[in-house]
Amino acid sequence: MKILTCISHVPDTNAKIPFKDGQPDLNGISFVIAPYDDFALARAVELRDQTKGKLTVLNVGLADTEPTIRKALAIGADDAIRVNAHPHDAFYVASQIAAIAKQENYDLILMGRESSDFNGGQVHGMVAEMLGLPCVVPCMKLDLNGNVAVMQREIEGGKEIVEVALPFVAGCQEPIAEWKIPNMRGIMSAKTKPLKVVEPVAVENYTRIIKYEMPPQRSSVKMIDKDNIGELVRLLREEAKVL
Amino acid sequence: MSNVLIYVEAENGAAKKSSLEAVSYGAAVAEMLGGKAVAVAAADLSADHAGELAKFGADKVLHFGGTVNQSSEIAELVAAAAQQENAAVVVTAKSINADGAVPMIGVKLKASVATNVTALPDLSNGFVVTRAAYTGKAITQVSLHSNVKVLSIKKNASGTKEYNKPLAVESFNANISASKITVKEVKKQTGEILLPEADIVVSAGRGLKGPENWGMIEELAKTLGAATACSKPVSDMDWRPHHEHVGQTGIKVSPNLYFAIGISGAIQHLAGVNSSKVIVVINKDPEAPFFKSADYGIVGDAFEVVPKLNEALKAAL
Repeated sequence: MKILTCISHVPDTNAKIPFKDGQPDLNGISFVIAPYDDFALARAVELRDQTKGKLTVLNVGLADTEPTIRKALAIGADDAIRVNAHPHDAFYVASQIAAIAKQENYDLILMGRESSDFNGGQVHGMVAEMLGLPCVVPCMKLDLNGNVAVMQREIEGGKEIVEVALPFVAGCQEPIAEWKIPNMRGIMSAKTKPLKVVEPVAVENYTRIIKYEMPPQRSSVKMIDKDNIGELVRLLREEAKVL
Repeated sequence: MSNVLIYVEAENGAAKKSSLEAVSYGAAVAEMLGGKAVAVAAADLSADHAGELAKFGADKVLHFGGTVNQSSEIAELVAAAAQQENAAVVVTAKSINADGAVPMIGVKLKASVATNVTALPDLSNGFVVTRAAYTGKAITQVSLHSNVKVLSIKKNASGTKEYNKPLAVESFNANISASKITVKEVKKQTGEILLPEADIVVSAGRGLKGPENWGMIEELAKTLGAATACSKPVSDMDWRPHHEHVGQTGIKVSPNLYFAIGISGAIQHLAGVNSSKVIVVINKDPEAPFFKSADYGIVGDAFEVVPKLNEALKAAL
């Protein structure tokens, strides 16, 4: 079983990100594996152990993402590929992943349902379409039964159980697995696991980010006494006009 | 090439409210481009309801006789319709199924794709969309420069608008290859207001102390015609189902009114709710960080405040 997990390198989700001149000011902010990708990675490690397979982790990024990739190796991936390019947009990243997957013929391609920085939620579907594979998203549970995977997928107001034969792509979310914290042995072995750097394939850019801004700020909170609930109802109707 | 194609999803035979917004959004974009707004829907939209789309701005409705359940099927339907209509822009409302199809549509049509779109595009200098990023901590403007653009819009990106257009429903045929994904079982709570669709959301957290105390939250939601939601710890502890979890790793909602009851307001929770129009926070801890991101706040015990609020609303509405 050959498993590929794709990870994004994103600012820590606890960080407050300032925006300067229309760009995020990421000075001094630590970076992590994107939370949804971290769920996908955790399940991929478990499935690799079950099937005695091989787990490769892939990131499209410049050299500064290598500590994040090493963390994925410490969590349990066997080897890593870094496509040496700025992840311009979802189409660019998906094209890089698909180019590698076409050569490697993975049985299973897992990633998070979306990154926590760009929130595009597109890479899984684009990779699947480029490879002609089915895509299950958002995938909340994934069990293998030989060549077939049984998955739980979130739908609006509930869930559905689906079955699909390998190979396929899945965009994962909790509770597919618990996030794994690397142990000392993992951290030590990650230093010597292979991390291959490959150059990107040429892709035409269809999008360009012009600027980032803070969302409009709320005016300060209006406090209402708990013994005067009628006032809240009045404000919601007459001032906020939402009732 | 200036037409706009809108994919419409239905629930119980009628178009979802989010899809009606998408139709009005698409009609507005079509006006800007000087083209037609064409809606496409599958058999989940009943023939009786197909005509209603004209009222929200559709010049024409393409009605497909089959069903499309999986993302790949939706993508094939929408791409076929977009090609027939020579669409410059494809619009869908954000939904779990459409979100899965959007990236596939993008690849099929060699289109640029923008998801989480929060406003009408700016066409004064190219085609620029505004979208939410950094899980609600930022908005960003993105220029799209392929011939075809695919946009997935968030709730309240433009709202609905009434039009007086003649009814024009055409049957539409497309060859949809059956998905390789087999659905074995669907577990769906019926009779509920779908969380991503809801105008009002009543959400509660650990402050409620246990799942047995959700009765008053459901009561309040019923009075308001609202959907219920919860924080991550609550869904992690299985007090509530995962599809109610809003936040960074759950559902992102943007209702007109969001009630946060007994939720402290961690940054990861705010990420899922901060595009709500109006936020009301009820918490017994006056230092709860959520008050800083609220429009209205009440310091008080949920067990005391919620039943009183429910009574006051019942009397007023």
